[in-house]
Amino acid sequence: MNASYDVIVVGAGPAGLAAASVTARAGLSTLLLDENPGVGGQIYRGITSTPVSNRAILGEDYWVGTALAADAKTSGAEIVNGATVWSLDPERLVGVSIAGQARLIQAKRVIVATGSQERPFPIPGWTLPGVMTGGAAQTALKAYGMVPDGHTVLAGSGPLLWLLAAQLLRARVKLDAILDTTPRLNWVRALVGLPDFLLSPYFGKGLKLLREVRGKVPIFHAAHIEAVGTDRLTEVVFDGRRLPADLLLLHQGVVPNVNLAMAAGVAHEWNERQLCFQPVLDADFGSSVPGIAVAGDGAGIGGATAAAERGRIAGFAAVRALRPEASVPDTQALRQKLQREEMGRAFLDWLYRPAESFRRPTGDTVACRCEEVTAEQVRVTARMGCEGPNQMKAFLRCGMGPCQGRLCGLTVTELIAAEREVSPAEVGYYRLRPPVKPITLGELASLPIAEAERKAVER
Amino acid sequence: MFKRLGEVGAAVAITVDGKPIRARVGDTVAVALLAAGIDHCRTTPVTGAPRAPYCLMGVCFDCLVTVDGVGSRQGCLVPVRDGMKIETQQGKREAGR
Amino acid sequence: MAASDYDVAVVGGGLVGVATAWGLAREGCRVVVLDEGDRAVRASRGNFALVWVQSKGLGLAPYAGWTIRSSNAWGGFAQTLKDETGLDVAFQRPGGFHLSLSERELEVRATNLKRLHNQPGIVDYRTEMMDRSQIAKMLPDIGPEVVGGSFCPLDGHVNSLRLFRTLHTANKARGVTYLPSHRVESITRDGDEFQLVTAHGTVSAGKVALAAGNANMRLAPMVGLEAPMKPERGQIVVTERLRPFLNHPVVTLRQTDEGTVMIGDSKEESTDPTGLTLGVSATEAERAVRMFPLLSRANVVRTWSAIRVMTQDGFPIYDESETHPGAFTVCCHSGVTLAANHALTVAPMIARGSLDKSLVAPFSARRFHVQEAG
Repeated sequence: MNASYDVIVVGAGPAGLAAASVTARAGLSTLLLDENPGVGGQIYRGITSTPVSNRAILGEDYWVGTALAADAKTSGAEIVNGATVWSLDPERLVGVSIAGQARLIQAKRVIVATGSQERPFPIPGWTLPGVMTGGAAQTALKAYGMVPDGHTVLAGSGPLLWLLAAQLLRARVKLDAILDTTPRLNWVRALVGLPDFLLSPYFGKGLKLLREVRGKVPIFHAAHIEAVGTDRLTEVVFDGRRLPADLLLLHQGVVPNVNLAMAAGVAHEWNERQLCFQPVLDADFGSSVPGIAVAGDGAGIGGATAAAERGRIAGFAAVRALRPEASVPDTQALRQKLQREEMGRAFLDWLYRPAESFRRPTGDTVACRCEEVTAEQVRVTARMGCEGPNQMKAFLRCGMGPCQGRLCGLTVTELIAAEREVSPAEVGYYRLRPPVKPITLGELASLPIAEAERKAVER
Repeated sequence: MFKRLGEVGAAVAITVDGKPIRARVGDTVAVALLAAGIDHCRTTPVTGAPRAPYCLMGVCFDCLVTVDGVGSRQGCLVPVRDGMKIETQQGKREAGR
Repeated sequence: MAASDYDVAVVGGGLVGVATAWGLAREGCRVVVLDEGDRAVRASRGNFALVWVQSKGLGLAPYAGWTIRSSNAWGGFAQTLKDETGLDVAFQRPGGFHLSLSERELEVRATNLKRLHNQPGIVDYRTEMMDRSQIAKMLPDIGPEVVGGSFCPLDGHVNSLRLFRTLHTANKARGVTYLPSHRVESITRDGDEFQLVTAHGTVSAGKVALAAGNANMRLAPMVGLEAPMKPERGQIVVTERLRPFLNHPVVTLRQTDEGTVMIGDSKEESTDPTGLTLGVSATEAERAVRMFPLLSRANVVRTWSAIRVMTQDGFPIYDESETHPGAFTVCCHSGVTLAANHALTVAPMIARGSLDKSLVAPFSARRFHVQEAG
């Protein structure tokens, strides 16, 4: 690995793989960093190593990732897995930790392709062993060929929940129930987007998935869900009914993984339709910080195909900036394709917009898993005049644990918004700083230190 | 909680709290624990509540374990190696481990 | 005065402000605290939480006595807060260390302490230089590079974030009005009362206590006072929670009651609280590992930078306005250490309407003119 590159791409999911291919093939020195053991991101997790040989189980959309991974591999980009990026500053100095060794690498351009994570799903008992995210079960299947064993309940909302159910059924997993938490009235708002949705590829795929699952698994509508057990999950209680359960898989959509971009100072805004913060970006996915772009689902949830196209557009922008003499294809066609991909998204967003009761918990339900701060504590403190998440953090320590707010950030913002009766846009989000993933004190101590920096401490 | 679809991949011998466990090449620590039916991988430093891997994608930090004497490693990001010694974590980590 | 909304308006919702407000409420005043919002430049969320005595007073001898007064009052103050709110701010006074990593550092340390304690009028308190073996008896985990240091039995620390929350909680229970997002734009005196104009309306009060940190520089001249400030940036590195291993705070490193280890004490000339200099964090980490090698493998979970409230000479400013009677400044760097004084000593003076010169005369901002004239 070198001390500097033309382009550093963070994250080897569809956006990162596509972006790195574009910049490397244009002759730019390109470094693609990813913290997982292999490329593919979460959507194509395990794409080069999956033990699942029956292609039908994961479905054709998954195997699209093979070509993306192969393209990146032969592009000339240097791909490093097991590389955790923990810092990015506005001067595009990237802090990365590999095998317990921290180092700093300079880039002329950085493309943040850190994708999405699942939206927090704070219900009573969600910290119990036996409760996991739907994405976790999908990762277990895709990357490790492992499937749920015992009484299994899926709960939540959104296309990925139905995809997971279909994949598990294809792998002959018995599912005890699906608890659909989609608010029934969502249809009303979604209808406006219906024409676009009907024309989009999502329509056919979605219908097929629903047909595949319905009839094979009991489906219940649920407005309240509780995971019950003392040291581990034993039961799922919903709307007055009880089911014995060994595994409860929760999913209510995905949201951008904002930590790295926010820590770099990238401006973000609230997306009311998708109920999350996303970076403010130009048409080339360039952010408010010069030289830093955010592509893929990290730029706002758009799905895997759109992610790859966004990655390409961001890649071509880097090429135009750094090698003006290089011939870059007209991205107009790409943008049109992207637009088509994103068509129908509005319908899905409104249809599967998670219920308030599953985003804004009450009582003893844990909001911050790391520091074990409850929803009621956050609400009471907000009523005391604590107006935002940063003051809340100081008062209650929520967001101060190792996950650095990833599992509580949106919940805390929404709870404050609820108590103040304002929009989450007005409440804002945690101020994030490096390291966005923990590194050891020894690693931090090993970084280069300038004389002035030493003098700022030694007296 | 989880079972393997098929026995693909060579076996890797690891220990968890001293007990031998068979993992598979390509497994991460967190997945190996799940496959071995291990109930929880740590207790929290705040209330001592048991926790098990939650997200398997590096964001939740619930799968923190001690790997070969180094505490608080994200089990879902560390691939298993033959002879690896894994310890579940109880509460706060000990300084120096 | 009865027509005013409040008896006293405290400008600033940080530790200095809320400690003063709490003390005023205890005196029976109707108090409002005017604060900025969630992203305010806020030293109270970035401090190091020491209740610290050693080193205080070099250049202004009465500051040592003022600090010791607060240190001595802290135990009772913490207990009162606990009785009122049920929250334990984890005040401890086990004695604290300053550790030196080279003979040169040790020599500088010894010289500074000698100069401090040789000042005329300095209150006599014990700070002793210790060699490595003496320190190792009390801090068994020090590394081989620690050559010695100083120890003061009066030094201690608290959980300052919990203190912040506790004071807010206690104030609410005492009926103090807290108005966030009420940045004060102007203060005028109208007859017997002050009018404080904010973006969200005007508040009137019989008295005004300026406790707005570095913003006092802007606010003080509005009421015939001055607060010459020299803000600087400090950075802190924090580890994950560890089992207790350190029984005494070190001026640059302490283990909190929650288990995390805070490492800090950098000084940079910057007023940008959003930025962070990685090399400064690295230096702090490097020195921490040299002091306590067992921390090398601890995970850093957070870093932050904050702007120190710092007057131009580093000492507090307590003043009452001659041109605008009823206006006061309460301004200092050590808002944690001096919290007990602000709550128990300064607030009652403000409630009475005049500062007790026998206690706080040395801290008037007039000293800056004396120095200029001299």
